[in-house]
Amino acid sequence: MPPTLIEMRGIQRTYVMGDNLVHALRGVDLDIDAGSSIAIMGTSGSGKSTMMNIMGCLDQPTKGTYKINGKNVSGMSKSELANIRGRMIGFVFQSFNLLSRTSALENVEMPLLYQGVSSRDRHKRAMAALAAVGLQDREDHHSSQLSGGQQQRVAIARALVGDAPIIMADEPTGALDTRTSYEVMGILQGLVAKGKTLIIVTHEADIAAYASRVITLRDGLIVEDRQQTPIDAAAALAKVTAEREVADLALAEKNKRAEKAS
Amino acid sequence: MNIFTTFKLAIRALWRNKVRTLLTMLGIVFGIGAVIAMVAGGQGAQASVKEVFDSLGTNVLVLSGGAQRTAGASGGAGSRQSLTWEDVKALESGEISSIKWVAPTMSTRTQAASEEANWNTSVTGTTSVWFKIRNWEASRGATFDEDTGNSTAKIAVIGQTVATQLFANTNPIGQTLRINGQPFEVTGVLVTKGQGPRGDNDDTIIIPLKTYQQKMEKGLAKYLKGEVLLSMVEEGQAQRTIAQVTALLRDRHKLDGADEDDFRIRNPAEFAQAQKDSTERIATLLAIVAAVSLLIGGIGVMNIMLVSVIERTREIGIRMAVGAKPIDVMTQFLVESLVLASVGGLLGLALGYGAAQYMAGYFGWKFFFPMETAGIAFGVAGGVGVGFGLYPAIRAAQLDPITALRYES
Repeated sequence: MPPTLIEMRGIQRTYVMGDNLVHALRGVDLDIDAGSSIAIMGTSGSGKSTMMNIMGCLDQPTKGTYKINGKNVSGMSKSELANIRGRMIGFVFQSFNLLSRTSALENVEMPLLYQGVSSRDRHKRAMAALAAVGLQDREDHHSSQLSGGQQQRVAIARALVGDAPIIMADEPTGALDTRTSYEVMGILQGLVAKGKTLIIVTHEADIAAYASRVITLRDGLIVEDRQQTPIDAAAALAKVTAEREVADLALAEKNKRAEKAS
Repeated sequence: MNIFTTFKLAIRALWRNKVRTLLTMLGIVFGIGAVIAMVAGGQGAQASVKEVFDSLGTNVLVLSGGAQRTAGASGGAGSRQSLTWEDVKALESGEISSIKWVAPTMSTRTQAASEEANWNTSVTGTTSVWFKIRNWEASRGATFDEDTGNSTAKIAVIGQTVATQLFANTNPIGQTLRINGQPFEVTGVLVTKGQGPRGDNDDTIIIPLKTYQQKMEKGLAKYLKGEVLLSMVEEGQAQRTIAQVTALLRDRHKLDGADEDDFRIRNPAEFAQAQKDSTERIATLLAIVAAVSLLIGGIGVMNIMLVSVIERTREIGIRMAVGAKPIDVMTQFLVESLVLASVGGLLGLALGYGAAQYMAGYFGWKFFFPMETAGIAFGVAGGVGVGFGLYPAIRAAQLDPITALRYES
């Protein structure tokens, strides 16, 4: 039985919006085992973003307790939360959120700056993280010189570099085409295989299919919690690649024939 | 995060926005530059004023004849011949204890000529104490001693300007120059004094008083057509001495209580002080204007830092998400504005230095570079950076990570 990494009890979150009180979360209980992959699903307004913010220590619950690795996070100061984020959680966002006009290497090094890692170690670890996502030769490229898939891989490298046990991905493939989505999901699944805990927030069932557990939120409550056998993204990618090769060959053949005919 | 890395990041962030950084810096550059230039210029101007009046000799009173009134029109100081040689003797007698030296002088402008050239200059006849009063020594040869000063020898001590004009690069000592056709032997060249209140101090020829009376005035007269320089034993005796000299001369000239003085006593030090005060006031005023421009430069820094915080809201969100504490974010922006202002301050120092040097050359002032002012101005620049950077930095640090991450620019 793997240890429980995340433990949420009776989490409530209310916002004041104008004169209205909005109940984004109405009492959520959730345990997440270390090394598992979990997808949090729900339509917009279901509370999944609020859930992610609280899980990611970007926000505090109004009520309830939240423990990471057995440590109670509720009531911590902004600085303490920042510390927890830096050491425990690596974020991957839909819009990549890389710093513009900054090299891939510097982007990946950034979390280490705030942990007081020496310049030489920063460089070494960032290079290793870039290599882990297959971008070892792109360290000097700025985000504008990278494709969407490559940018997301830089973001994953940034999430990895601090050796955080939790990777929290918010619609990680939302801005990517299908093929690149497989690539990115493949990398994320690879991380789970190496022992990381993956939390994906998504509204797409396709993406949730890569996780071994899916919970569904509606109106601030968990309405479904099920285990499943995840799809293997690497295999899907191989299949798509093969199909494309066949299609490319067919297209080339067709073009050749058309050329001959004319 | 260590401070070295923070500075590196700040420089990189500023470098990314080169044009904006430069424009923001300009406010500080000109602010600091103006402060330095104005303070340096002010000190230079004051020093020049002081120098001009110091060249008169310190602790000196100038006694001259009173104003001649012809049908109500005043002819100005010295136009009335009222000082007699007997008056001079009375002053020299030691009756007024605070008087140290008395130097009667007679001057005129005339043509002087050497073998090679001629030159219109001022010729003064006086005695040996005149050189002591004016604290003026010879760079070549000698000034008058008591004997030659009181003789009727045809000798002349000349200023550097006259030496250059009449004798070019040759040694004037022992050479002959002619004043109104009369030959004089040059026995001394005075050290350079530069500008005085009446123009070039060095454009002058000094001959013995009696020689002057014989050759320039064609004989002895009862009245002294000129001025008498009086030097005092100690400083701070001017008021008392003026009162005593006035009483003595009024008595000698047999003036009643209702009569106006028929002579005049001027105190150049007083005038110099007034001049110095007004220069100082103008310098202070200019420095204040410069300080205001520095303040405006600081506000410019704050403005740009605020814009920068808003523009980089997303970046702040990302940094917070990956573990930056509020204090890290605050430090980052604070250091950026500190670097901005410090570099601007350094450039401003250079600018101020150049401007001060140029002004000194242009106005003929002494070049002053006030090191303390430079230090203070640089410190102020840093202070401006931190002071005006603080508010934007606090705003950045207080951003909510969630809002910052979602911020669309």
